[in-house]
Amino acid sequence: MQEKSNRVIVTVIGMDKVGIIANVSGLLAEANANIVDISQTTLREFFTMIMMVDMDKATVSFDELKRRLNAKGDAMGLKIDAQHEDIFKFMHRV
Amino acid sequence: MAIQFSPQEILETIRMVQMENLDVRTITMGVSLRACAHPDLKVAAGKAYEKVCRSADRLVAVGEEIQREYGIPIINKRVSVTPVALVAESSASDDYVVFAEQLERAAANIGINFIGGFSALVHKGVTPGDEALIASIPEALARTERVCASVNVGTTRAGINMDAVQRMGEVVIATARLTAARDGIGCAKLVVFCNAVEDNPFMAGAFHGIGEPDCVVNVGVSGPGVVLRAIEASPQADFGELASTIKRTAFKVTRMGELVGRAASVKLGVPFGIVDLSLAPTPAQGDSVARILEAMGLERVGTHGSTAALALLNDAVKKGGAMASSYVGGLSGAFIPVSEDAAMIDAALSGAITFDKLEAMTCVCSVGLDMIAVPGDTSAATIAAIIADEAAIGMINRKTTAVRLIPAPGKRVGDMVEFGGLLGRAPVMALHRESSEAFVRRGGRIPAPLQAFNN
Repeated sequence: MQEKSNRVIVTVIGMDKVGIIANVSGLLAEANANIVDISQTTLREFFTMIMMVDMDKATVSFDELKRRLNAKGDAMGLKIDAQHEDIFKFMHRV
Repeated sequence: MAIQFSPQEILETIRMVQMENLDVRTITMGVSLRACAHPDLKVAAGKAYEKVCRSADRLVAVGEEIQREYGIPIINKRVSVTPVALVAESSASDDYVVFAEQLERAAANIGINFIGGFSALVHKGVTPGDEALIASIPEALARTERVCASVNVGTTRAGINMDAVQRMGEVVIATARLTAARDGIGCAKLVVFCNAVEDNPFMAGAFHGIGEPDCVVNVGVSGPGVVLRAIEASPQADFGELASTIKRTAFKVTRMGELVGRAASVKLGVPFGIVDLSLAPTPAQGDSVARILEAMGLERVGTHGSTAALALLNDAVKKGGAMASSYVGGLSGAFIPVSEDAAMIDAALSGAITFDKLEAMTCVCSVGLDMIAVPGDTSAATIAAIIADEAAIGMINRKTTAVRLIPAPGKRVGDMVEFGGLLGRAPVMALHRESSEAFVRRGGRIPAPLQAFNN
């Protein structure tokens, strides 16, 4: 097993609107999860934000964070999700 | 630390999990029961109960932990054990139902939904233990919910034990009768194999082979929905491109299994066995193997071209999977059960797919005639003859084949059989009405085939 990282990838997909970054980063700060990188693109007509988040010092479990992000997404009419970084490493890098 | 993945890559993964039912279908722990033999069968069964509980007590918790950590659904946690005939034979008893009941208790205790290995390997001949196990199958399956049975009746190297084939025809019928109140559901937990593999993590045919370590973790990944989506995305692709698309997708799906398998192995302190990449459908919408074949350009699965489409799919899945994991094993390929696949059920209902076409397709799929409901008045000899046909396909083509038929008591062609849950529902399919009795009754063995002059 490779050195285990505690980083997760947060994705936000939907129509662009005011306050997306503020809301998501606020939620992460509350959980003491550190944003290490952030990128924004528009794929087809959808606004897409991708964040790499370090959970090392987080005060909530990944499970709980995921639940909160999902709920925030529902409230804002966006699709917000989090997935462990290892998943992407295994799937897209050999 | 910058994000090392492109947005496309990230979104592809998210889409696979959220919209295309990508999941880890099963983490199956293989547990050897060879140390559990005892002259008193009750003692042996008790030792088996303890061994399973001790070895797999954290299996469910670890599965859930991995699911939480990685955010990938892990659908089933299961256990396979040494073929029970090998363990129980040292006892004086010839009724092994008590052993099945202890396995059931163990499965319930550790919280898993299936435990496989109420099995015997009789491809060359039958020992007293094998005979006792086979005789115990109908009652064992009727009295338990979670125990799965399998019997290997042939191999490419040994030929086909036709005495065992004849016997299994009777056992399938007896099993259906004992579970008649539930449409013969006992038969859904009974697989008759040719060339059975020792490290298959998928039920109902999983058992812990004799060449395996004391304890091992095998992972089964699936993902028909992911492959379907990939094919739909390139409707104009020629066959080379189509095969590449499937290979790439299979690769990614298998990588997930590799990740989960390694994590489970570390957390459980048990060696990692294999990843089995099998496109295993479920009755859920968008989780169908038959739909993949249809997406290749067939109006309905079962029409002409279905065998070629399945051959391409099965082979491309194996190629992609083989590159993705250090150890690929099990059955790896595409399963074509009827009752567990929504599009297959539709095709059976409309008459597009017939029993004979299914048999032809098993020449190129990863296993065999699977979860097919047949009329309740089917004779044991006909079931045996179907098993013989299927075993012959496996023996000659050096592949695993299997038969899992449900002769649903009281049901006739066109009636619907409902199993519920993952086992799904199936219309009763027509079989040939002409007798195979005299053929099956000959007894003896069909000799092993030549391994050269392959034409």
